[in-house]
Amino acid sequence: MCDVITSQTEPSAPMAGALSEGLLRVEALPPQGQISLRGDFSDGFRDAVCGITGTGFPDPLGAAESGDRALLWMSRDELLFLLPYEAATETLAQLNAALAGQHFAATDVSDARAQFRVTGPHLRDVLAKLSPTDMAPGAFAPGEVRRSHLAQVAAGYWLRGPEEAQVFVFRSVGDYAFRVLTTAAAPGGEVGFHEA
Amino acid sequence: MSTRLARGGRFTDRSKQFGFTFNGKRFTGYAGDTLASALLANDQMLMGRSFKYHRPRGVVASGAEEPNALVGLGEGARFEPDQRVTTTELFDGLVADSQNHWPSLDFDVGGVNAKLSRFLPAGFYYKTFLWPRAFWKHVYEPVIRQSAGLGKAPHPEVRDADRYEHFHAHVDLLVIGGGVAGLQAAKSAARAGAQVLLLEQSAHWGGRTPVDGGSIDGHDPEAWVAQTVAELEAMPNVRLRLRCMGAGIYDHAYALGYERLTDHRPGAEGPRHRLWRIRAKQILAATGAIERPLSFAGNDIPGVMLASAVRDYVVNWGVTPGDRTVVVTNNDDAYRTAITLKQAGLEVPVILDARPMGGGALMEEARALGIRVEPGRGIARVLGGKRVTGVATCMQNGQGAMLEEIPCDAVAMSGGWSPVVHLWSHCGGKLAWDEKGAFFRPDPARAPSGADGKPFMSVAGAANGHLTLQAALACADGAGKAAAGALGHDVDETEAPSAEAAPEAPLAPVWLMPQGASADLRMKAFLDYQNDVKVSDVQLAAREGYESVEHTKRYTTLGMATDQGKLSNINGLAVLSDALGTPIPQVGTTTFRPPYTPISFGAIAGEARGEIFQPLRRTPMHEWHEANHAVWEPVGQWRRPYCYPKPGESKHKAVEREINATRASLGVLDASTLGKILVKGPDAGRFLDMMYTNMMSTLPVGKCRYGLMCNENGFLMDDGVVVRLSEDSWLCHTTSGGADHVHAHMEDWLQCEWWDWKVYTANLTEQYAQVAVVGPNARKLLEKLGGMDVSKETLPFMTWAEGTLADTPVRVYRISFSGELSYEIAIPANRGRAFWNRVIEAGREWNMTPYGTEALHVMRAEKGFIMIGDESDGTVIPQDLGLHWAISKKKEDFLGKRAQERIDMARGDRWQLVGLETLDGSVLPDGAYAVAPGRNANGQRNAEGRVTSTYHSPTLRKGIAMGLVKHGPDRMGEVLQFTAEDQDETRDELTTIAARIVSPVFYDPEGEKQNV
Repeated sequence: MCDVITSQTEPSAPMAGALSEGLLRVEALPPQGQISLRGDFSDGFRDAVCGITGTGFPDPLGAAESGDRALLWMSRDELLFLLPYEAATETLAQLNAALAGQHFAATDVSDARAQFRVTGPHLRDVLAKLSPTDMAPGAFAPGEVRRSHLAQVAAGYWLRGPEEAQVFVFRSVGDYAFRVLTTAAAPGGEVGFHEA
Repeated sequence: MSTRLARGGRFTDRSKQFGFTFNGKRFTGYAGDTLASALLANDQMLMGRSFKYHRPRGVVASGAEEPNALVGLGEGARFEPDQRVTTTELFDGLVADSQNHWPSLDFDVGGVNAKLSRFLPAGFYYKTFLWPRAFWKHVYEPVIRQSAGLGKAPHPEVRDADRYEHFHAHVDLLVIGGGVAGLQAAKSAARAGAQVLLLEQSAHWGGRTPVDGGSIDGHDPEAWVAQTVAELEAMPNVRLRLRCMGAGIYDHAYALGYERLTDHRPGAEGPRHRLWRIRAKQILAATGAIERPLSFAGNDIPGVMLASAVRDYVVNWGVTPGDRTVVVTNNDDAYRTAITLKQAGLEVPVILDARPMGGGALMEEARALGIRVEPGRGIARVLGGKRVTGVATCMQNGQGAMLEEIPCDAVAMSGGWSPVVHLWSHCGGKLAWDEKGAFFRPDPARAPSGADGKPFMSVAGAANGHLTLQAALACADGAGKAAAGALGHDVDETEAPSAEAAPEAPLAPVWLMPQGASADLRMKAFLDYQNDVKVSDVQLAAREGYESVEHTKRYTTLGMATDQGKLSNINGLAVLSDALGTPIPQVGTTTFRPPYTPISFGAIAGEARGEIFQPLRRTPMHEWHEANHAVWEPVGQWRRPYCYPKPGESKHKAVEREINATRASLGVLDASTLGKILVKGPDAGRFLDMMYTNMMSTLPVGKCRYGLMCNENGFLMDDGVVVRLSEDSWLCHTTSGGADHVHAHMEDWLQCEWWDWKVYTANLTEQYAQVAVVGPNARKLLEKLGGMDVSKETLPFMTWAEGTLADTPVRVYRISFSGELSYEIAIPANRGRAFWNRVIEAGREWNMTPYGTEALHVMRAEKGFIMIGDESDGTVIPQDLGLHWAISKKKEDFLGKRAQERIDMARGDRWQLVGLETLDGSVLPDGAYAVAPGRNANGQRNAEGRVTSTYHSPTLRKGIAMGLVKHGPDRMGEVLQFTAEDQDETRDELTTIAARIVSPVFYDPEGEKQNV
């Protein structure tokens, strides 16, 4: 067997190094710390969470950022906390301690997803080929988050700016997501529907 | 002859010449031509053969409604059958072939069918091919398949060269149709502030008004169109798409658009077709109207065309279908064609106007040009075969006695106009009969409505029955404003554009020409060109008792061709109405269904083809498997290694080697695909006691328990090891294919039934890579990796521990699916591949062998462990599998408990799990039945059991199997006969294989090996 022998133990994100350029630049992101939080969004829950995350509490469909951390609204009882990969284990312990006594669930999902940064002036048109989300600037503003799908798989979209989005999918379909994004962004596929 | 005129052609650019071929003949045309106009310009009037009688057919229309002129377009990877020449834009190098002809278009053997048409009436197939029954398969069907059908399918091994995509658009108002009504409606709505998307199926704005003439706001219609398009383009809230057809309207104002991006420039960069998936708040259809043919004998002979189409070819493409064109009509509009032809310097020998008093102002204009007009007359029959050579005229109110024979080479016919109500009808909009115009129009009182019960759709212009320019524009302006109003915009009081066009006298409905046409004439008067349905066929259906228009449609095939009866619908049901003596509105129409015209399969598939046809799920170790020659097995959307054959090794040998190495020393399996669902909260234990048949709330922290999950019907749904992580959290392992379903099942119960239970779930399947280290040397390997105590005392069977192995944070489960000493190690997925490498490296000294799913299956079968999907199939309850020990007797309730108490579940003679061993050591065929004496009520041989899993066991060196057998566990040692795979069809007796009922646990029944 042609074993690929390596003693490397550094964590590696799915699709590490993947990059394509067409109507959009699609690049796989390095490991990203992610903690999924479920709770009732009561004042007590909000205070405990924000005390650890150091961010504000996001509005529905929104995100609250602070430095290299962000708290994303996922549903009326679910949040996703993004933070440096190395900090996830310790922060999870802190969240568990801070929320003790409440009904909640905090889970480390830092390894569960593939994350991509997609950038370019055709951002909204290309994403609209793959997701039924209304990509119009008036409907999906920078800073907002959507859970939808990307062609045939579940996906999350965090609009980081007018021409930049962070797209996350389950890690097992990272390869599919990268190929689908690259195909949708292939030259000649300009739509001209949303303002570039 | 049909030819290019010396000048003219709104759409053609005579400075750009294109070469193309039709049936191998080389022709030229101009940029802006359609294939139809280019063929006509080259005097190629004969374009195809009809479906049933193989009659010669030419183009009859100029747009999407064309029934006759379908061709096979392109070659090889770009070949596509059934393309309408009228909607195919010409490009340089186009290759087209006519369809449905053999051996050639000019000489067609099938044309003999036409001679036999007297013997091929409506329902012929149903009547003739009923008997004898055996003839259908061997005689009738092959012959019909050979002679029927339109285009040929692309070669099965050729792959479409183009790419396709979808696009999701959300708009306030979707306007379908870019004629003057659509443009005006879009403008009125957009001015009020609505976000508007306007779709036009053709390559040009303005529809047919620039051909028909008149003036709008004092402008020539063409100038008004250009100005209005410019205005719309300048508005930031308007999006305009040409070559994009509104294909279908669905619930909640969802619509499909079909955009043809590169059909007119094949090979250009970018997708060929784009399917628009549009969520609108309001939809406005301005889809115009389609002219109706007249039903007279010979109305299908090449050269007989719709009057509006004749006019279109002259004005839009500078092409005339004939030098001498007879116009036959029941309305004023067709006079425009006569006037256009005359003004282009062509001959119009006569206008036959079926109305006794003729027409109005347009008739006077025609007469002033010197055109002979004959009111009260019609066509008795068209003369000619492959081409019109003349017409025999008659009185419309007579029986067809010939008055005069008039030589001509084209006939322009008009039976009035039918609004395009298809889109309105797609989502339930109802129609009202308009007596004056003799057409169905949308009934605004019965519009397609949304969730709020309010209409989400309106119709404007000719599509709404407003056939004059003035009325159409006024209607469109009002509809645009009303749509904006419905969207909540304030609408300013602005004037509708003023329009002028010649006034028209009323039409007289003519459903048969002449009115009293003899049987002989009726048999040559075609209603549906593509399917060869004639007036006589519909009348026959009525005589045979067909009263429902839907039944008549299917019996006669009227309107069932690829054009979906765009030309034939109203004429056909008028003939039916007359034959039944029932008014047209009571007869009603057939149902209009999407798409409006056929759309490509490519557009429907979108980007889903080749490597992204479906998502393939990959574990973190996928690339290692690939590099090590794994043969793949699909498990749900996952790809798992089936086995890892060495060079020259068969799969069977590889599986044996993997099993032997694992049982003798050490094996390793990528178990990452296993479902992992976290269940947490104060009510989590109670919840899991409902989800599983056995008790999970009592599982101590640190321990593992195998559990069964049933659905409400009591049937086994999934299984797996449940782990108690802490006081209030459990981790549920599921089957690889079942993870998403089990998670959804849990959420369904939590969200819909037990919403007040304090439980959260999280699907952590993808968070962890999982490695199973299996075999007598498993512990030694873990000790070599180092970092935690994995001894029997610290980590006994069915427990777990967290720690570090090979410098990696891990959770280790002492569980076994193989019967060997076994550890399953969960690692954060980002570290999965690196950990796997360390394991592979460390395992060398014990000849550690990676194994795939087949070895996994065989080893579990040797141990008598069931597999979801093999031993269970949705009809099996745990009791059938001897799993009573995993069904709690103490619990008051769990999902499936009540169902398992039903009579059929508890009847005592259900087939139950046993082991099976063939007497000769061979392997039983999968799914084989155990035969029992006698036959059942259907004459089938009785059965008393079946094989559910069957393998060659390398460990036991013989075939082993599991199966479900009636009273199985009570019949140990009994020999059953199982059906063999190969049966001799000529013999009455079954070939069977003898197998003995044994315990399903073939290997290490005491469990000594896994518990060390």
